[in-house]
Amino acid sequence: MTSERVRSGRYFMMGNEACAEGALAAGCEFAAGYPITPATEIANRLAKRLPQVGGAFLQMEDEISSIAAVIGASWTGKKVMTVTSGPGISLMSENIGFAVGVETPCVIVNVQRGAPTTGMPTVGVQGDMVQAKHGSHGDYEIIALCPSSPQEMFDYTITAFNYAEKYRTPVFILSDAFVGHMREEVTIPEAKTIESVYRKIPSQGTDPQSIRGFLDEDIAPMPIFGRGFKAHVTSSCHDQAGKRNLIDLSSLDLFVRRLSNKILKHKEDITIVDGNYAKGDVVLVSYGPVARSASAAANEAREAGLPAGTLRIATVWPFPDHEIEKMARKAKHVIVLENNLGQMYPYIKAAAARFTGVSFLAPALIGQIHDPEEIVRKIKEVVQ
Amino acid sequence: MKEIVHPLRRFVRPSVVSSTNCPGCGNGIVTQSILRAIDELAMDIDDFVFVSGIGCAAWIPSPFFNADVLHSIHGRPLAYALGIKMGLPEKKVMVVSGDGDLVAIGGNHLIHNARRNVDMTVICVNNSIYGMTGGQAGPTTPAGVETTTTPYGSFENPFDISRLVIAAGATFVARWTTIHPREMTRSIKKAIRKKGFSFIEVHSQCPVQFGRKSGMNGSVEMMEDYRKRSVRVEKAAGFKEEQLKNRIVVGELVDIEKPEMVEEINRIRAKAMRRPS
Repeated sequence: MTSERVRSGRYFMMGNEACAEGALAAGCEFAAGYPITPATEIANRLAKRLPQVGGAFLQMEDEISSIAAVIGASWTGKKVMTVTSGPGISLMSENIGFAVGVETPCVIVNVQRGAPTTGMPTVGVQGDMVQAKHGSHGDYEIIALCPSSPQEMFDYTITAFNYAEKYRTPVFILSDAFVGHMREEVTIPEAKTIESVYRKIPSQGTDPQSIRGFLDEDIAPMPIFGRGFKAHVTSSCHDQAGKRNLIDLSSLDLFVRRLSNKILKHKEDITIVDGNYAKGDVVLVSYGPVARSASAAANEAREAGLPAGTLRIATVWPFPDHEIEKMARKAKHVIVLENNLGQMYPYIKAAAARFTGVSFLAPALIGQIHDPEEIVRKIKEVVQ
Repeated sequence: MKEIVHPLRRFVRPSVVSSTNCPGCGNGIVTQSILRAIDELAMDIDDFVFVSGIGCAAWIPSPFFNADVLHSIHGRPLAYALGIKMGLPEKKVMVVSGDGDLVAIGGNHLIHNARRNVDMTVICVNNSIYGMTGGQAGPTTPAGVETTTTPYGSFENPFDISRLVIAAGATFVARWTTIHPREMTRSIKKAIRKKGFSFIEVHSQCPVQFGRKSGMNGSVEMMEDYRKRSVRVEKAAGFKEEQLKNRIVVGELVDIEKPEMVEEINRIRAKAMRRPS
């Protein structure tokens, strides 16, 4: 990566801008999007920065065409990204299913805002957590990462590109207006220290008839366009060669199961969690900016002599149920903290409730990060 | 005896042994016109990336053409094609899809890519109906036709697709019917060579759906009807608006020069690289 791509140094930077710089550092070559609050700063920065490094940003007529153009460009071998907020994800949903179905690496950034519908655009809410997993129709798996700070907007954007390339799949960054608009210190490391993954592709000159470019649980080489691979890419049910099969039900079973297993089989490699708990703790499970409150509350509780720990799930999808189970076996009690009415709570409860009690603490106001005092009160309540 | 192989078979994916088109469908004529154009230009099919959407016409390149083919979702092939053109500007990008795909659900992408003047060739097979789903009315269905979703007759005004695309800024627009295969081939050749957004509307018979709904007896009668109703654009210039009612104005309607978007982006990029900030 060139120095123009990776602007190493220490900055006081907005989360959204750090995300755009992360994309550049990861090797993003093409991005497309449509203006939307609170994600616009990412698009603005990409529009300025991508042409400087030989790439391009296109402002499209809507979010549907934004993701479509991004998927199209990915099939030419480019590293690609689109950025939006909840309403844009709703529009993109059908195409996200396409990207999953034909195994297209791409990064989708959702800077979540007050929702449902038009909602309250400048307020951060974690309202689209389950949409990321189930937004498009059908059974499928997705990867989603949840940053808690501008630094992680940079770091996780790079991780998202690497996962997208490695697993040939769309990867979500599930940020929100708090983290997107937050300004903090961001360190951009030296280019040579940044790991950059590129998808497997068939070797030049491979006989097109012999390419099995789809439906491998260990990720098939991608027969990208323009190399003479004569790829047939269809989101209709297809076999490993990409050939459509709309007759044989067993081909549908393979299509659904292999696409899902491709992610689930590698869950351990994809999972990023940050656990700081001991046996007998009341463990606060959270993600994104709420994890900052959780961490402050746990410190306060420990100072007050209460047994408190934290588990932050940075990889939200595939759901890290093993990590939740591991924690729940040790915990005295689990308190789930989310800036919503309990989107990940049922999943966490399903994994933890077999081993310990699980409660949910919603914020006082949807759109407000939890007050650590309020969390400490809840810890006291469950300890007694 | 030596096996007789169609001279265009080399452009067809070896694994493809049959067609999914209904008997009498116009898709075969359009397919031949496209492949003949490529052949007559002495181009390789690997010089192209084909993109299609959903509907009968979308199955023309997919899986038939032995090249890179992206068979996308309903309405969005032009947006996918734009991304592909951005990544592979040296390739010819051709979109083949139907009127429902490109003009109804995908109408927004059609006008915006025409406006942008992105270098691509779009073949819009206009059969005036939704064929694959069983004969529903579309934005090209003539008023009065009884379809499965307009059982008492269609009550909407149909689009003049070519005029729409011209108004949106396309640099090459031609319209033909399946009774004009040679003219169609000539126009496709021009469209491929054209640096810019080129659009070919082909009126194509769907005897199984539109034919039955409109009371016509099979593809021969439908193509005869095209012959009768077609009027060359040069001749149509002298017609009054009411004389053109129910007629199909055929020919090369527009052929102009405008800056092409991908080249413009290259120019902008050179400026950005000189001026980093």
